Amino acid sequence: MIFSKSIMINKIRATLGLLTLWMALVPLQARASEASGEEGIDVKEMVLGHMSDAYEWHILTWNGHHVSIPLPVIVRGQDGSWHVFSSSRLAHGQSYEGFYIDAEQNGKVYERLPDGSSVKPLDFSFTKNVVQIWIVALVVLCVILGAARWYRHRKPSDDAPRGFVGLIEMFVMMIYDDVIKPGVGADKALRYAPLLLTAFFFIFVTNLFGLIPIFPGGANVTGNITITFCLAFIILLTVNLFGNKEYWKEIFWPEVPTWLKVPVPLMPVIELFGIFTKPFALMVRLFANMMGGHAIILSLVSVIFITCQLGAVLGASLSFVSFIMMIFMNALELLVAFIQAYVFTMLSAVFIGLAHPQHHHSK
Amino acid sequence: MQLPSILTPDFGLLFWMLLAFGIIFVLLWRYGFPIIIKMVEERKAYIDESLAKAREANEKLAHIQAESDAILREARDKQAAILREAMATKEAILSEAREKAQAEGHKILEEAKAQINAERENALNSLRGEVAGISVKVAEQLLLSQLQGPTAQEDYVERLLQQVEQEQA
Repeated sequence: MIFSKSIMINKIRATLGLLTLWMALVPLQARASEASGEEGIDVKEMVLGHMSDAYEWHILTWNGHHVSIPLPVIVRGQDGSWHVFSSSRLAHGQSYEGFYIDAEQNGKVYERLPDGSSVKPLDFSFTKNVVQIWIVALVVLCVILGAARWYRHRKPSDDAPRGFVGLIEMFVMMIYDDVIKPGVGADKALRYAPLLLTAFFFIFVTNLFGLIPIFPGGANVTGNITITFCLAFIILLTVNLFGNKEYWKEIFWPEVPTWLKVPVPLMPVIELFGIFTKPFALMVRLFANMMGGHAIILSLVSVIFITCQLGAVLGASLSFVSFIMMIFMNALELLVAFIQAYVFTMLSAVFIGLAHPQHHHSK
Repeated sequence: MQLPSILTPDFGLLFWMLLAFGIIFVLLWRYGFPIIIKMVEERKAYIDESLAKAREANEKLAHIQAESDAILREARDKQAAILREAMATKEAILSEAREKAQAEGHKILEEAKAQINAERENALNSLRGEVAGISVKVAEQLLLSQLQGPTAQEDYVERLLQQVEQEQA
């Protein structure tokens, strides 16, 4: 928590610095747009566009040519039939089997019905984020199962692993000993360790992949509310499905003065609300941190494009400043990638631990 | 105002995310993390046990060393005691022998003295006898020389008779 706070402070500082830079540039940009007409760069559009999910994996644009990997679109039409086709059929506003990408609606696939109205179909498309998730899943599986394979024919009395397996062992045991055990409690740690460790490694590897700017990475997965909702929902289920009797008693009949719970169930309502606020905090924290990091780095990249339109000298000098700050932000994000995964795991462990309270009477 | 897509929940993405997460969770749960954690915990237990054993062995070794030291010291003490005893015995034997020799020498001296005394006595006795004999002979010769003539003999008898008469009176 302290870590993430200091990171937040750093982030705020960086953002403030950026803002001052911005204020200085706004008049210049306005003049530049006037000069070049339609050539002006929409920073908001560019930043959000890069952070959004997409039906194709854009790699680069060369002389107005988009080089991207088309991905399968899987939709269920209004008539109940499934349609699977390549996203390249929808490029440049094309329509295929009645489906088209609606730029007005966050660039999602919509179906145009014969009567002219358009509806959102059931969309199970294999989007950029989905591909990124499967790449991460594959990497995590290879890393962890590869490390676990080492142990198969070994005894506890053998030498400890070295090299890569040793690194993974150290990583796993650090999370297990420093985060899961104190949070969940030593007696139940092994039971919840697989889930919490999976969450940790999934978030960590996803965050790291998000920092790679080109193909195998670059998708903003953990900075997407759907993903963090999914993770937080899994934690919500784990906490509440495996909570013990004492946990539910503390929610519906907490040890507070009776007038706080009998005529008006004030405390039970607050406690019940708490069931949802805790995972909600998990969801928003991870989302906001990762989204914020991506947004800052993308904004710094935009600085280069904006200033280069203003002239060679200004462009070069400010690009250099922006470049230095980008290196700094990337290094910071590397730290944040780990810290956010760590914090998510730690808070989840604490929430699970809180769902297993011991009897107060013995105290 | 429309929310940006990263803030809009997407059902398809949720589905794929749940599927992917579920699959890696199950695989890592069955074949991944518990194996690593169990192995490390077992290794930790093994190391703890080995340390305890090593400590015990060290203590035992120290104990054995102390014991051997004690035995050595005891043996040395015993050796010294035996040596002392032997020395004492030697002294005792020597002094006894000396005493015995002295006593024997004394006895022999005494015997010799006694014998010398006896010899001297014998010699004195025999000398006394011889002196008596010689004096009788001398007296005889003297008597003989004095009783030469008839009056002398008569006088002598007379004197003797007088002597007997005096004694009877």
